Amino acid sequence: MRSNVLQYDLTAPATLEAVLEILAYEPGEYTLIAGGTEIMVALAAGRLAAKKLVSINHLQELRFIAVTPEAITIGSGTTFTDLRKHPVIQSDFPLLKQAASWTGSIANQNRATLGGNIVNASPAADTPPALLACEATLTLVSKRGTRTMPYTDFHLGYKKTALAPDELLHSIHIKRNLNGYIPYTRKVGTRNAQAISKVALAALCLTAEGVVKDIRIGAASLQDRPARLTATEQALLNQPITPATIAAARAALLTETHPIDDIRSTAQYRAHVAANLLEEFLLSL
Amino acid sequence: MSAQTTHIVGSSPIRKEGVAKVLGRAQYIDDIALPNMWFGATVRSTIPRGRITSITFDPAIPWHEFTIVTAADVPGENTIVHIAKDHLCLASTHVNHPNEPILLLAHPDRAVLPAAVAAVHITYDPLPAVFTIDQAEAPDAPAIWGDPDAPEKNLFKSYLMRSGNESQLDAIFAAADHIVTGEYRTGAQEQLYIENNGIIAEYSATHGVTVRGAMQCPFYVVHALQLVFNLPAEQCRVIQTETGGAFGGKEDFPSVIAAHAALLAMKSGHPVKICYDRAEDLAATTKRHPSRTRIRTAVSKDGKLLGGDIAFCLDGGAYLTLSATVLSRGTIHAAGPYRWPALRVSGKAYATNLPPHGAFRGFGAPQSIFATERHMDRIAHALGITPEDVRRRNLLAPGDRTATGQLVPQSGPDTVDMQHLLTRALTESDYHAKQARFQKENPTSPIKRGIGFATFFHGSGFTGSGERRLNSLVEIELTPTGQPQILVSSTEFGQGTNTILCQIAAETLHLPYDFILIAQPDTKHVPNSGPTVASRTAMIVGKLVERAAQSLVQSLITSGHLPHHYSADDFRHAALAYLAQHGPLKASVRYQSPGDIVWDDDNYKGEAYPAYAWAVYVAEVAVDTTTYAATCTNFYALQEVGKVLHPILAAGQIEGGVAQGIGFALYEKCVWQQGHMANNQMTNYIMPTSADLPPIHVAFEEIPSIHGPFGAKGIGELPMDGPAPAILNAIEDATRIPFNEIPLLPEDIFQRMTANGHTSGDPCVPEATA
Repeated sequence: MRSNVLQYDLTAPATLEAVLEILAYEPGEYTLIAGGTEIMVALAAGRLAAKKLVSINHLQELRFIAVTPEAITIGSGTTFTDLRKHPVIQSDFPLLKQAASWTGSIANQNRATLGGNIVNASPAADTPPALLACEATLTLVSKRGTRTMPYTDFHLGYKKTALAPDELLHSIHIKRNLNGYIPYTRKVGTRNAQAISKVALAALCLTAEGVVKDIRIGAASLQDRPARLTATEQALLNQPITPATIAAARAALLTETHPIDDIRSTAQYRAHVAANLLEEFLLSL
Repeated sequence: MSAQTTHIVGSSPIRKEGVAKVLGRAQYIDDIALPNMWFGATVRSTIPRGRITSITFDPAIPWHEFTIVTAADVPGENTIVHIAKDHLCLASTHVNHPNEPILLLAHPDRAVLPAAVAAVHITYDPLPAVFTIDQAEAPDAPAIWGDPDAPEKNLFKSYLMRSGNESQLDAIFAAADHIVTGEYRTGAQEQLYIENNGIIAEYSATHGVTVRGAMQCPFYVVHALQLVFNLPAEQCRVIQTETGGAFGGKEDFPSVIAAHAALLAMKSGHPVKICYDRAEDLAATTKRHPSRTRIRTAVSKDGKLLGGDIAFCLDGGAYLTLSATVLSRGTIHAAGPYRWPALRVSGKAYATNLPPHGAFRGFGAPQSIFATERHMDRIAHALGITPEDVRRRNLLAPGDRTATGQLVPQSGPDTVDMQHLLTRALTESDYHAKQARFQKENPTSPIKRGIGFATFFHGSGFTGSGERRLNSLVEIELTPTGQPQILVSSTEFGQGTNTILCQIAAETLHLPYDFILIAQPDTKHVPNSGPTVASRTAMIVGKLVERAAQSLVQSLITSGHLPHHYSADDFRHAALAYLAQHGPLKASVRYQSPGDIVWDDDNYKGEAYPAYAWAVYVAEVAVDTTTYAATCTNFYALQEVGKVLHPILAAGQIEGGVAQGIGFALYEKCVWQQGHMANNQMTNYIMPTSADLPPIHVAFEEIPSIHGPFGAKGIGELPMDGPAPAILNAIEDATRIPFNEIPLLPEDIFQRMTANGHTSGDPCVPEATA
């Protein structure tokens, strides 16, 4: 433990309302902690800058999965284990179930929350590509009120989000309108478990008579944030899957990805493998 | 003796300390607190090489609450002695690697230490540094160690092993059908014991220094403390506590942290605990030596080795530590289990400005065996014969001599037939059928599969005259309850020392396993049975335990208290009667070198080891051309290790070693940035998980050795040697690309596959044959 815990302040209000009260009273002063699988690592390493923490880990009002015939709404405090075990996520959202199974260890999955994964905003996070492909919408709450936004608009830059200082991610909403879509997801990590992505794709494609009618591709570790690959999607839309289309899609992907060299991999490898994953998907259609 | 029908040797009793570990009762060093104990921390260098120009203390910290130790506080010599005295206990004027200890801090509150460490500001006048073997040996390299005017700069140690008609090598190469050359490299590897390094030290003016903690070799620590404190051995007491893994990483390093904790204890007047966290342990403690091996071989057209010239180099890091002995073992093992009519092996260990590299399972052998076993496949590909053929034509057979001139026994015990081992391994792994199937399926599959193998041996015990110099002593005493208790400094760190030594004593004494005790290694009470290293515990120390047990029972029989045939109850009664009548009984035996073991240290000739363990390992791989990741998908480990004392522990040793070898080959990379390990956290230092490991099929041949108890030989290091070359041979089988450097990561495979102008495993010509 490289941090001195005496220098940290942790409060655990009994209700969501009380949490929003604190955030509104001193906007930006407090950092929320849910499962703690990111923040506790930073604390142990002595690099947790935020000194004031508000725990929302115990708030059952954020831990729910509500299902209607049209949609599913997932509370931000829902754990990865909750996601993996839920029958509708298993049946309707295999991309999300798969992504949840990749994250950390079983112990991590028992604590880590979907909301935390989104708000932490790592470009390499496991669930964002799936949520992007599913066109999720987010509900943000504050003492000022509630607003919803498409998830595609949430990530603004490296670890930068649309969340206001007094706001909290309340829930994630996904429509159950993916019938007929062919799913694809693959994570290329540093190893098969307990790994951070070098590159990952999650995609959904609707075809009719061999022609792409709709395609959505979410990606990790290819930009400074989790991102939809819209140029690649455009290159594929209304096209038949031919070698020429695949080549055009690979080329489009390279125009909109800006991976980096880091401790885990190289930019060249990331870009090339992302294109390979895309090709693998297209050849499976 | 009693008629015993069941044998405890060769069965798998539960581990002596297993219950306490499973129930969480085992006390590791960080579980232990002494009254009024303080905590220590280390202020380390931030640059690879330079002169210290200033040290200032940030006034924001209440320094009067701390004990601060510098080199000036060392009462004896400011050195951590291993082989030489170049390794400083604390740097004072210069630093030679990042994370070198400069100052020590102690405080009663552990939580305030990290901020205090960060508040010591040290400035430097940087000096040029080197980080690789290539840089260290360059003619224009800065002299970072030793005599700057020496003919070869930065050279810790060199060996020249000449074998057979070595003097005729030039003529042999001139006349050879083929000359095959290759260069092979291996990277640094972290031991990754589960428990980080940790020590608690106490000091008293009358009793001297007492340290306890995680370690392999308590008497190494005694020796180091004697110099630092200028105290006799009796005043440097060392106690090994339950140790959570070691793999060589707790062979030499505990001397450093023990000296540091003891210096703080002396100055503060309190017991002091220093336990590293993972980031500090990874950044500051030893790793496996990186290596570079260049091999040039003369080969006949039917694949027989005619002559070889091997240049084996190690990167030793900033100080000599154990590099000379690691180099020695690597040099000898470079020859492999082959007949060499003429061979020259030059071994060189260089200084670099990395933290000192140290002991790690295999101790230099995995590096040189990687090179030799990759080269054997290279010869096969160059000649257009199979890897099997090239080995069958060159493997040592009974009656042959190893490269050091040691006879492979022709009959009787220790007669090992490698041709038979190879046949068995290839049959049980279904090698030929799989290879044919993969070659058929690969062209149309995005996953390229391959199968490869390595044939190798590993010497048990210290090299050459090492065991004679160690002169190990083992004792067995009777406790007041009439039970035999083994007294050794050989330590348990997960590998099974306690269990196998108790099995050997139980079998020898014809007593139940549970009746035998083994004392905690405490240098005040146990004799020096040598360090717990070098695959020597089962064979060398085990043999001494057997002899001590025989001596103990002889004393009881001679005294008239014990009949020749006895039960456990008879033994206990006899023991109690003996103790009542004569007082304590302790049987002591000392190592006796077998008469026929002769070693010439100067010329590297003779019996390098009392015995070798022999093995054939077969690996299957899958190389995914979408991600360029190579995965080991199946593994067969066949070895001849003499009598297997404890089949479950032995299989566990092999499985763990293979897993560690897979990590060495495909995953574990130390990312060095100016000599600092940049990925010093387990998130980014990638060791394989169970999800990355294949089924590991373990098989033993048991040919009893005359050198070990009940025929046992060493086993611990062997499984580290074979996996990496077997896997890289399999990858070449899969992709037709010869990769010769490990760790081999997907990025490396990507680069090679795409640079060659193909994105999948199209055949390409093997590189080198002159």
